[in-house]
Amino acid sequence: MRVGHAAWAFATPALLVIGVFFFVPVLAALVVSLTDFDLYALADIRNLRFVGLGNYRNLLHTSDFWRAVANTGYFVAVGVPLSLAASLASALLVNSRLVYLAAFFRTVFFAPVVTTLVAVAVVWRYLLHTRYGLLNYALAHIGIHPIDWLGDPHWALPAIILFAVWKNFGYNMVIFLAALQSIPADLYEAARLDGASLWQEFRRITLPMLRPTLLLVSILTVAGYFQLFAEPYVMTQGGPLQSTVSVLYFMYEEGFKWWNLGSASAVAFLLFLMILAVTALQLRLARDAQAR
Amino acid sequence: MGREGEVIAQLLPQFRTLHPDIEVRIQQLPWTAAHQKLLTAFAGDATPDLCQLGNTWIPEFVALKALEPLEQSLARSAIVQASDYFPGIWDTNIIGGTLYGVPWYIDTRLLFYRRDLLAEAGFAEPPGSWEEWSRMLAAIKTRVGPERYSVLLPLDEFAPLLVLAIQQPEPLLREDGRYGNFRSPGFRRALAFYREAFQRQWAPPITGTQISNVWDELGRGYYSFYISGPWNIGEFKRRLPPEQQGTWMTAPMPGPDGPGASLAGGSSLVIFRRSRHKQDAWLLLEFLSSPEIQQRFYQLTGDLPPRRSTWRAPELASNVYAHAFREQLERVKPTPKVPEWERIVSDMRLMAERVVHGDLSVEEGAADLDRDVDAILQKRRWLLSRGSTP
Amino acid sequence: MSTTGARVLLHTLLLGAAATVLFPLLWMLSVSFMTGGEASAFPPPLLPGHGTLANYRQLFGQQNIGRYLANSLWLAALTTLLSLLFNSLAGYAFAKLRFAGREPILKVLLAALVIPSQVAMLPLFLMMKWLGLVNTYAAVVVPTMAGIFGVFLVRQYALTIPDELLEAARIDGASEMRIFASIVLPALRPILVTLGVFTFLGSWNDFMWPLIVLTDQDLYTLPIALAQLSREHVPDNELMMAGAVLTVLPVLVLFLSLQRYYIRGILMGSVKG
Repeated sequence: MRVGHAAWAFATPALLVIGVFFFVPVLAALVVSLTDFDLYALADIRNLRFVGLGNYRNLLHTSDFWRAVANTGYFVAVGVPLSLAASLASALLVNSRLVYLAAFFRTVFFAPVVTTLVAVAVVWRYLLHTRYGLLNYALAHIGIHPIDWLGDPHWALPAIILFAVWKNFGYNMVIFLAALQSIPADLYEAARLDGASLWQEFRRITLPMLRPTLLLVSILTVAGYFQLFAEPYVMTQGGPLQSTVSVLYFMYEEGFKWWNLGSASAVAFLLFLMILAVTALQLRLARDAQAR
Repeated sequence: MGREGEVIAQLLPQFRTLHPDIEVRIQQLPWTAAHQKLLTAFAGDATPDLCQLGNTWIPEFVALKALEPLEQSLARSAIVQASDYFPGIWDTNIIGGTLYGVPWYIDTRLLFYRRDLLAEAGFAEPPGSWEEWSRMLAAIKTRVGPERYSVLLPLDEFAPLLVLAIQQPEPLLREDGRYGNFRSPGFRRALAFYREAFQRQWAPPITGTQISNVWDELGRGYYSFYISGPWNIGEFKRRLPPEQQGTWMTAPMPGPDGPGASLAGGSSLVIFRRSRHKQDAWLLLEFLSSPEIQQRFYQLTGDLPPRRSTWRAPELASNVYAHAFREQLERVKPTPKVPEWERIVSDMRLMAERVVHGDLSVEEGAADLDRDVDAILQKRRWLLSRGSTP
Repeated sequence: MSTTGARVLLHTLLLGAAATVLFPLLWMLSVSFMTGGEASAFPPPLLPGHGTLANYRQLFGQQNIGRYLANSLWLAALTTLLSLLFNSLAGYAFAKLRFAGREPILKVLLAALVIPSQVAMLPLFLMMKWLGLVNTYAAVVVPTMAGIFGVFLVRQYALTIPDELLEAARIDGASEMRIFASIVLPALRPILVTLGVFTFLGSWNDFMWPLIVLTDQDLYTLPIALAQLSREHVPDNELMMAGAVLTVLPVLVLFLSLQRYYIRGILMGSVKG
């Protein structure tokens, strides 16, 4: 059938690219993760050994790997709620019926999202400087001693969280805005006539109507935050004291600094499994909450 | 890499007059990324023809079969004479009996210090042993108070601890590089001394990037001792104001029981096996190895030449700061020639950082490191047992 | 609270938030005009004493940033064009052309959206090595010429094209390619702009993959050059800010002029989800 042929002709280029440059590597990564592919193997393929689940076992026994997992987990656990709160708050403010220049504010809040991560990470690195950074300068005005943001193992990850929230809260704000705008206005009218306060309006109307969007946004944001890499790479190189090594940063060093490609591929798959597990958890929690 | 990458362009015009048909393109890499980038280039079949390579990286690239053996070119060359080179340094380029690189400049680490601050603390001579050094560090610290320090040991540099470790009689790896030897009493002593410097506040617990300007800060007396290499002779001369030039000096490293050893470091010139211009690359290598060009190179960078003949030149003989280096070069020891060395030393630094921070004791740190290193060397053990010498 | 009072509070909060959000970008701009070392002072200055273009001059002169700018531009433009072509063809096919296995394939693609791209990175690098493409722009462009997200985005939009229009054209004897070129593409224009903006921004801002696959300094894109510069020239605050401005400005301008499309793309991509 002519249409059928055309369909394949149209779809094949993209499918080919996606197949060859995404699916094949993913499958290959699975295979590589079962070997001890490293520099020696790169030099001479006969130096390759099949190790089955050896890489995975080793990783699960490596404290540096767990440190990376813990750091990433901390980043997700603190960063995602902060980011969502900021997004929701700004969306509510911009969506208010009392607001002037909504478009202006929306643009301003969204601007950090499109900026190049590397560039603004460099900017923030200077803003966070212990002596000459403006953040500490501002904090000094309210009596807080200078914090060594990027040099203190306790504060480096929070600093990165702050940066990440600033960078992408606008993205979810836009999604929330669209969702808020789809809530029928008469629901609010009726509530106001009944004498409900702002807070009650929020709890009784807004939140329930937003629930599907909240779930979607939190799943996407969690998955995104698990993939933390560029910020530690530019701002802290994983330091101080490995406190900002994320799972992807660990994979990058393992794979592209030490060329333990087998081990690095195993890290990538473990990351994938982690994201999958947390996503499934979120879906389950949502379903349970729904049932109640 | 580094400063050498910046100045080599100035040496090239002379090469062009000698060989007008050879076109040379320079690619500069920062030291922080060089190792990684070169490995990526190797993995991606995009290696250069001629390359500056830190001599501690040579074993790794030889294991990768990435470097061209240079015996034949050496035999035919009138310019590169093996006997003229410091033997300890020349040796770092020989892996498994074959020569893979020609030393370009040497690097070793020793003390840069403020003579005047040391004198004010009551000492006329630089330290000759760890014990003397400890007394000096303590004395200076008492004088400068809590806001300033006696010595700078940046936590993101592995060299200071490595120097202390290499001064010990025990080797850093045992059984021909099959296992770690960091649990040896020698290394633990070095690690303990390193940690003591931080515990007693002689050294600030910071990284090199946190200090805004290393040279200014020595000038300001933020610290009085710094373990560094020859390139800083030129840098200090350039960056400290003229009135301060008389206040600083270099001195050989103190060791546990007397004058100590230091690292046999430096960079070599290597030719990559996959190069399609090996002849031309060798010509450039020869050019850069000639005593005349080495002298010019020294003038431009302050990098110390690996050839004894160049050392006799007046500029070098009259350089007061270089005397300590000349003396130290008689007491340099190489690091283990295993391909995994880069990773091992990186792990050592991370462990030391944790020990300094108080998360690990010296014993725990050494044991952890040995465990990690044994795991890293596992493949090497397997390859050695199979007979495929890496 | 009275309406006016609420309004005042609302706008105070919004203006405060806006100022906080914009501050790093404005500061970046300001410092880029400061002389070397000016920003490393206590208290930290907000505005330059004497504005100077020295940093920009140094970037274009010594650091050769014009080259990296051109590289980024070229790479982003090429990627965008190719991806528009590939994704629109496939997206339309998935929406309007029936073929065997269409629905199952679509499901697999959607499921694959969950896999983080970094899983593919290492073998992809090896693949590029065997193809001899490491350190070329092909290695950067080819894997991103088509993407699941792009195909999906176009498909969603293409679903809204009336079938009757297409049928009528077929009855008139037009070939599928003709129909695509003269009816479908014009109808898809809004989403193509969206996809174009998305792809351009994505390519311009892409960091990890080009970092891995490009070893030749001449080929570096802006983000890589900036990252490299920042790891080397840690104390050169003002220079870094100028570099950051150059990296961020083009995409900000692009976004400001086409934000409608960009935001629509986000909504279409996520809300349907």
